[in-house]
This record gives sequence, structure tokens and C-alpha cells, in this order.
Amino acid sequence: MSTNACIVGIGDTRYVRGEGSGVSQLALQLQAAVRAIDDAGLEARQIDGIMPFPNLGTAEEFAANLGCENLRFAATINMGGAAPVASLQAAGAAVASGAASYVLLPAGWNGYSGRRAAETVQEQTTSIPGGAIARDFYLPYGLTAPPQWYALMARRHMHEFGTSAEQLGAIAMAMRKHAQLNDNAVMHGKEMTLEQYLGSPMITDPYRLFDCCLETDGAAAVVVTSAERARDLKGKPVSILGVAAGQPYPADEITNRKDIFVTGLTIAAPEAFRKAGVTPADIDFAEIYDCFTFEVLQQLEETGFCERGEGGAFVEGGRIELGGELPVNTHGGLLSEAHVLGMNHLVEAVRQLRGEAGKRQVTGAKLGVVTGWGDFGDGSIAVLGQ
Amino acid sequence: MGDTQYTKPLPALVGLTKDFYGFCKQGELRFQRCDDCNAWRHVPRELCAECGSWSWQWQKSTGKGAVFTWTVAERPLHPGFKDAAPYAPVVVEMEEGVRLLSELGDCTPDQLEIGMAVEVYFDAVTDEVTLPKFRRAG
Repeated sequence: MSTNACIVGIGDTRYVRGEGSGVSQLALQLQAAVRAIDDAGLEARQIDGIMPFPNLGTAEEFAANLGCENLRFAATINMGGAAPVASLQAAGAAVASGAASYVLLPAGWNGYSGRRAAETVQEQTTSIPGGAIARDFYLPYGLTAPPQWYALMARRHMHEFGTSAEQLGAIAMAMRKHAQLNDNAVMHGKEMTLEQYLGSPMITDPYRLFDCCLETDGAAAVVVTSAERARDLKGKPVSILGVAAGQPYPADEITNRKDIFVTGLTIAAPEAFRKAGVTPADIDFAEIYDCFTFEVLQQLEETGFCERGEGGAFVEGGRIELGGELPVNTHGGLLSEAHVLGMNHLVEAVRQLRGEAGKRQVTGAKLGVVTGWGDFGDGSIAVLGQ
Repeated sequence: MGDTQYTKPLPALVGLTKDFYGFCKQGELRFQRCDDCNAWRHVPRELCAECGSWSWQWQKSTGKGAVFTWTVAERPLHPGFKDAAPYAPVVVEMEEGVRLLSELGDCTPDQLEIGMAVEVYFDAVTDEVTLPKFRRAG
């Protein structure tokens, strides 16, 4: 019997644009949290560990609203979008050491009806690692926002390896295709052709509009506990077989890396596979943090699903679509389901491994990978299994 | 010289950053160089990450380099660049090996090429701040 920590509860809200969620960022996350706790078959008072997403709430306010009167473990991993998967590692350590019994990981925001990404860039100069560096050396030249940071890597990759716009488009289209099988995906009912992709306005070369993640309202949450406690709960636990996080070097400055494609995931992936005792070839599906299309390609390479420079060819020909060799972002991802900070990727992976993914179920899914990507290339990865 | 209408964000002139931009104001591009292992570094750091030495000098760059990568911002994502698009942040790899983010003053975005040889010039954007920028070399 596995001794790994497990995900025993998942919860999410409706993912919307348009009128928006109609509730506060905190209330939205609490909705997801309540569902995750209920899904686990727990009472809120049993949750004694909370790991909020960076800058989206405090453990204290989650605990006070939910009635977690025995809170013992509160921590946030400051890795931006890499935080949810990296938090699995800390939550697993907490339940293994006895620091906590049941740890809640919530994330969510009103990314559409609330403050939009384009309005938060000034604030980010102080909220990201390397904020002073960005302020003093990037912002004066107009490098002000995440798509622009990462576009520098994408352009260099295109130069070195011949990666094409059509290959980035194959990623966007795969996510969009998967969203057609997901009623909660914001892009459900909105199919996309390559012509529509290529015709979408350029945001920051080489990223077109449809290379960029959505701005949406929504929240998701998971609950982690030990394998021993998981056995006493009602549901079928999903095991965290291997999880690791890493940072690029230097993590606070994006231009002076000896190898610009080495990110946190490059360091974390071999560690996660080693712990899990499996290889990329064993994986049935992958939920890859898709803030932008190129980051999917890059993470497929750095995770070891293909060699460096081969990502462009790897994503073509339906290989990353359902029915392909490695279905990627079976829910539609941040690109076509919703931007729920990657917590929606964890929720989807659990659904796949429980066999509860409905029309988009990966046949015989036994092993899945979830990655996170944040800030200037922080990375995290979890190998999850039944 | 200084343009009172300048609306783009400016560096905070404190600490080592103040020194870096102070040299630019004097028409010099200087980077830190380790006294012990001779490694150049940018952005400014307190000690040498290569060898651990705290001993360093601001040494003058040749000012020459090549375009390493770039993006073309078609849709500004900062109010200070509202009217600037399209514009292109460019990473220049200097002869010394360090890279810095800047822009090319004599190129339109469609003329950019990775590997293009460039040299520094200095743009006094305000009375206080002079930014190093680049143009095509000889």
C-alpha cells in the first residue's frame, strides 16, 4: 500500500466571463473550498492546514470563514503559477510530519470582472521576485508584463530550433478542442480553426491573442492528507507519487541565464519522476501550465516528454490531443477552460484519475503529470496516480 | 535634454542602480567586473556569484554587442506605453558576455534580426535619467 500523500477532495466553481462571478474573490474561493472539503467527506473543522495562493488571501480569513478552528499549519509558496503544484509538496511534507492532518489548497480570482491583468502590471513590480530589477532594468524599455517576458524565450526558441507560429497554433487548437468536451470551459461552444488562430491580433510577437491565457472569474481547491487517513475517507484517493519544485538561475532576472531555456521545471522534473519511480514514457496525460502556448512547448521539452528543440514537432499531428500519444490539458487549460492559476489543472488530473472526466476521459488513465509555471520561470511538477 | 512630458516608467536611482545609470549620464556603459575571477556581471549584484568575491570595479564596456532576442509589443500592457506601440524590447548580448534589456533606436520592429551587430548610445530621457540604447553597428 502506498505511503504517499494523497489528494482526497476537489472542488471548483463555475468559470465565467460576461457578468462575472458576482461574489468577492474570497467568497469565490470559499465556494470551491467548501466543495473540496465536502468531496473529501470531511468537516471544515478537520481542516488544520491551509496554503493560500500568493496574494489572493490569508489562511486566517479562510479558516475564520470556513470554521477551521484547529488551524495548525499555514504557509504560502511564493512561486506565482507554480505555487499550487509546489504546495502539494509542502502539504505532503506537513501531513507526513504530523504538522497537519488535512491541508486545504485554495486558489481563485475575479480575473475578468475584477482587476484585469493589463491593470495589475505596475503592482507586479513589487509583488514578483526581482521586482526592483524589473522596475530598474525592464520597465523603462516597456518590458512590463508576463507575455512580454516569456516572448523573449519564445522568439529565441524559434530562432534556434525553427519553431513556427503554426506549431504554437497547434497547442492553442488542442486546448480549444478539449474545451468543447467540457461544459464548464469558458470556450465551450467556440471552436477555432488555424486561420482564426493566425488571424487573431498580435499582442507581443510571437504571441497572438489566442496564444494567451484567458481572463476569467473562478476558483478551485484541493484537499491533501496522508495515505493512512485517506483510507478512512469515502472517496478513492489520488496518490502524489512524486512532486518537486525548482527555480531557474538567476530566478529574479530573465535575460542573463547561461541557458535561457533552463527553468525551474528543468531541475524539478527529473526529481519528481525519480521519486515516483516512473519515466515520461509511462505517463497517460499531462496538465501543463499554459499561461501562453510556447510555455506548454517549453515545459514538454523540459519535463522530458521530448528532447530540447523537438517540442514544435511533438505538438503537431494531434499528438497532444485526446486520443493522441500524450493528451495535454484535457479540460482546455488556462487557454480555453479558465485561468484558475493552475489549480484547475490539479482538479482535472484528479477527475481523470478517478475516471470522472466524462466525455473527455482519457481511456485507462493511471498516471498523470501536472506542472506549474510562475514568475520568471519558477517551475513545479507532480506525478499523480491512482 | 529633459522632456517634461516623459510618461514612461523610470528606474529608481538608488544603490548600485544609481551608479549604473550615473555612468550612463556621463556617456559610459559600465558593468561590474570581479577583481578576483574577472567575471563581468549584470544586473548589479553585491558579490560575485561565480567565485564569491566581494571585490569588484565598474569597468567600461566596449559598448558593442549583438541582438540575442526580442519581442514586439503591439498591444501596450502599461499605461506609460499607451501611445508607443508597436515597440520592441530587445535583449543585447554584449562583447563582455553580459546581456541587457534595451531597445534599438534606429530600427523598426520588422527590421530586427537575432545576431544583428549593435552598439550603445545614450538617450537622456529626463534631466535625471539617461538610458542606454542601441543602434546598428557600422
